[in-house]
Amino acid sequence: MELEAILSLFSQEFFYSTIRMATPIVMAAIGEVIMERAGILNLGIESMMMFGAFFGVVGAATFGNAWMGMLTGVVAGALAGALFGFIVITLRANQSVTGTAFNIIGYGLTTFLARVLWGIRSEPLKVSQFQDIPLPFLSDIPFLGYVLFDHDPTVYIAYIVVIVSTIFLFRTIWGLRIRAIGEHPRAAETIGINVFRYRYVAALIAGGLAAFGGAMLSLAQLDMFVDRMSGGRGFFALAAVILGRWHPVGVALGCLLFGAGNAIQMRVQAFGLKIAPDLLIAFPFVLTLLVVIVFRSTANPKALAKPYEKEATLE
Amino acid sequence: MTENSTKDPVKTSRIDLNKLDRMVRRFERLFVFLVPIVAVLSALILMAFLIFSVGSDPWVAYKGLFSGMFGNNFDTANTLNRAAPLMLMGLGVAVAFRGGLFNIGGEGQIAMGGLFASIVGIYITGIPSIVHIPLCILAGFIGGAVWSILPGYFFAKHGINLIITTVMMNEIANSLVAAMVKGPLLEPPGYEPQSYKVLESARLPLIWEGTRLHAGILIAILAAVIFYIILFRTPFGFAVRCVGENETAAKHSGLKVFRIRMLLMMISGGLGGIAGAAEILGAQYRLREAFLANYGYEALAVALLGQKHPLGVIISGVLFGGLKAGGASMQRATNLPMALVAVVSGVIILFVIASGILTRLPRYLAKKEASRGA
Amino acid sequence: MPSAVRMENITKRFPGVLDNDHVTVDIARGEIHALLGENGAGKTTLMNILYGLYHPDAGNIFVNDRPVTISSPLDAISKGVGMIHQHFMLIPVFTVAENIALGEEMQGNPFVDLELTRKRILDLSKATGLHIDPDARVEQLSVGDQQRVEIIKALLRGVNVLIMDEPTSVLTPQEADELFVVLRKLAEEGKTIIFITHKLREVMAISDRITILRGGKVVNTVNTREVDRDSLANMMVGRKIFLNFDRKALNVGNQVLELKNVSALNDRGLPALKEVSLAMRAGEILGVAGVDGNGQSELADVIMGLRPVTHGDIIVKGRSVVHKDASYVIKQGISAIPFSRHEEGLVLTFSVKDNLILKEFYNPPFSDKGLLDFKVIQDNAQRMIKEYDIRTTGPDAKVGNMSGGNQQKVVLAREISRKPDILIACQPTHGLDIGATEYVRQQLLNQRDSGISVMLISTELEEILSLSDRIIVMYEGQIMGEVPAEQADLQEIGKMMLGVRLEAAKV
Repeated sequence: MELEAILSLFSQEFFYSTIRMATPIVMAAIGEVIMERAGILNLGIESMMMFGAFFGVVGAATFGNAWMGMLTGVVAGALAGALFGFIVITLRANQSVTGTAFNIIGYGLTTFLARVLWGIRSEPLKVSQFQDIPLPFLSDIPFLGYVLFDHDPTVYIAYIVVIVSTIFLFRTIWGLRIRAIGEHPRAAETIGINVFRYRYVAALIAGGLAAFGGAMLSLAQLDMFVDRMSGGRGFFALAAVILGRWHPVGVALGCLLFGAGNAIQMRVQAFGLKIAPDLLIAFPFVLTLLVVIVFRSTANPKALAKPYEKEATLE
Repeated sequence: MTENSTKDPVKTSRIDLNKLDRMVRRFERLFVFLVPIVAVLSALILMAFLIFSVGSDPWVAYKGLFSGMFGNNFDTANTLNRAAPLMLMGLGVAVAFRGGLFNIGGEGQIAMGGLFASIVGIYITGIPSIVHIPLCILAGFIGGAVWSILPGYFFAKHGINLIITTVMMNEIANSLVAAMVKGPLLEPPGYEPQSYKVLESARLPLIWEGTRLHAGILIAILAAVIFYIILFRTPFGFAVRCVGENETAAKHSGLKVFRIRMLLMMISGGLGGIAGAAEILGAQYRLREAFLANYGYEALAVALLGQKHPLGVIISGVLFGGLKAGGASMQRATNLPMALVAVVSGVIILFVIASGILTRLPRYLAKKEASRGA
Repeated sequence: MPSAVRMENITKRFPGVLDNDHVTVDIARGEIHALLGENGAGKTTLMNILYGLYHPDAGNIFVNDRPVTISSPLDAISKGVGMIHQHFMLIPVFTVAENIALGEEMQGNPFVDLELTRKRILDLSKATGLHIDPDARVEQLSVGDQQRVEIIKALLRGVNVLIMDEPTSVLTPQEADELFVVLRKLAEEGKTIIFITHKLREVMAISDRITILRGGKVVNTVNTREVDRDSLANMMVGRKIFLNFDRKALNVGNQVLELKNVSALNDRGLPALKEVSLAMRAGEILGVAGVDGNGQSELADVIMGLRPVTHGDIIVKGRSVVHKDASYVIKQGISAIPFSRHEEGLVLTFSVKDNLILKEFYNPPFSDKGLLDFKVIQDNAQRMIKEYDIRTTGPDAKVGNMSGGNQQKVVLAREISRKPDILIACQPTHGLDIGATEYVRQQLLNQRDSGISVMLISTELEEILSLSDRIIVMYEGQIMGEVPAEQADLQEIGKMMLGVRLEAAKV
């Protein structure tokens, strides 16, 4: 393979699609940051993305409007987050197993409902889609303007979410409390912070954001629902959280890596290189595996994945 | 309270700890049976609502489901054939669980077991069945075990979340199998992405005349018996349970936790590999991509519903095998898609896992009783 | 004197633990009031009720003579009642200012103003003499400083009644004296201090009045000036058992364990043991004193083969075990009562009989031809239950449902019945009631008398002094010095616990 061909992989178009591929993962990962900072490990992100993607399309088809679709999807994801919260916070079930069960249900239920609602068609149901809106002035910046500011509105919302979540976590009293709960819930409780309430709020936010990311797939990148369309992005988000060391900005940068991974994989395919396409599909998964193995960190919230009991039972 | 009461906490506490202990153990014996039954019933009711809400008749659907499970000999055989890989992988998940390992890498371990067994079954020629079949099963075991080494190592050594690593390994294994059946193993002329058939000498015998029932179910039952003996009768099993219940205490007792966990993870993955091998050698004869899609995840439900006990896994394996077999006829009867089976397994996992809160019931009741006595 | 807090007929029950039985206490404004009692006497439960962490089954609470119900810690703080727990309730990765901002009211502004918090901390520091750097991370502060942060936290939230739960358990005697100066100053300014403790020395040194609790009941409330230690001890315990062990004459044998310049890291990768050398001989008890967290747990770990040694040598009965693992060390005849019986010593979900074979199950007679022998395991448990007076329904009882004392007896039975040469006992009486404490201590002495070499690691100086033949003191991973027990001087040991070497401490 010639050098030129390799270089042409990294064109403006490549960076554009990196952003496009990364932003749904960013939304899910930011939700996960907030949830993990509150001490809950959500391995069910995939399911919440699937609910977002599916109910986004249902909403868009019902109301004939992509924004209403997005809202429907986000509400569905938040409800799933609340149910997840009930099982792991109130019933104190194992978070890993619960998350896995959610993923199984998420794939199964959306596939089931899609078949029942729309049947097996040759042409899947198409819905109204988010359109690209180049931002005035910003999109005129050479190179970066196109890469960053010539997208559909959901991408811009993702930028905003990164900034807002950073301020939320590190500048507001709510963020301070959420971080305290993830580190030392008993201490938080003794000064009067309601651990359960904040964890539920974190679960709602995380479910909603993951669903937003999922709905970006079905309403912005495509205009329809496809079975299992989250395609492991929930796990990429988990890896990005580790890579970004539980900070929204770091995590967003980590997501870019996965966006780039996807973009490379697609472009290599388009170049017709002699690598089996099935192996190329595995590339982001290998990347995730490497990230969680290599970037293992002790910076995680100390109470992560540990169920909390309100009243201490004395020995 | 009497003067010397502080001497003896068992007597002084107004709640008799001995009574509490008996109560706890009675509840636990009850829950072992109660929880799975309630979980299955709840899942069935929930499903009925789901079926009803999408405009189908739950009664018709369930009749279709049941007739597809055990309607005639052929259906029963089909149910048992579907159950065999679920039992084998379910045993793998259960044995790992006992040692504190949450192995959801079943998809990948099954795939690799199938791949290894296929290669041995297709390309090693000129040996009799009595040698060829065990060789293929062994190859399957090795395939599954190899695929669990990496997640097992990084969990046991560095505590890296086993779920993330095993799910990634699943996706990679699926890609690998897909690439193999479209590339090196592709059967000419290549209209379908599938391998050659395994040789006659590698195929599992059929064991019920007039049906397609193959010997996979026997392998599963044998594995369950071995599982039982190892876990509950041998020192190794004691060590596994000790590590699973309290890793720190196990270390303080001098157990080699890392070694035990690695071995356990490979046994678990190996059982998945045998599941994949048995399916290829007994039912499908040739390797295709995703030849047992979702079985790795449904095995999780099989293991949890079976209370991580070999006998329970066998029973819940038959149940889920029936769901798989019956799901198809339900689909014919009511046009309800098979994906419902996945939903059921997920719901059952949630029920079983959330029922853990019930083990606190005795303590709660004891406390109540104490307060009443005030 | 006006009453700051009055609790009347408070009753609280828990399964299997002692509780509060019609407890009535009256605490005057501006006094330092000690709640004295043994472990399990109900002191902490009572104060957790006052702080809103538990709700009483019966009884009334009055704050400033007004009846109140306290539903939560937040509620308690709004009524002017604050509590500092034995284990500090601080977020280690937060700075001092962040920890304090966490508890502040929002007052309509969702943003954290750390600048303001910083200023309030410095102002308070000036007023009370409680100096602290607001920008320091809590995990990098010393234990004494962390306690200051807790006090500042409470005061800044407008607390008038400050409950302190065993505040000196993590301090050296000298640091405790410093704390007392601060508390005295706060009391003079009109704050009310409730001081939970089981240490007589402290009550006598600091309190104005004392309420003595035993077995969940109030024994008496007395003026400190009008009582002496002996009468307090009698009220607290109900009978005399103090320091009254029959000690046989010391009869030491060969050296069985030696540490030569051993260094090791703690879990965070920081040096925790620095060039530690010591030797133990058969038939003696070596007491290891020191404030919690000065390398004691790492010391036990390296001997047990649970923690890698970065430098030095460990010799057991003439053989180096320095790079061996726990299983090897256990086979060399070392037994241990670990610091935490729940986490390290027992599998709570296992039965008594299974816990009794945790270290030997793979050996005959418990295992034979690769299979466990259930009959032998059962018989072994029956025997142990009788021999060690374990109160339980039988060999199949779950250890998790037993009282702390009986759990510790299970550990003791397992470790002693192995007939070890060396026994490492780490805080062996922690959290036990008087009866069980006495039992465990007597067993340790019996082991010594039968020729076993015992290492007793404890933060309870009284325990160390009453059991040991020799005493070493640890500070920040080093041994400050060694003294024979009969020559031990409390002041001298206290100085060593603060990091003064023996030679200097003697002066």
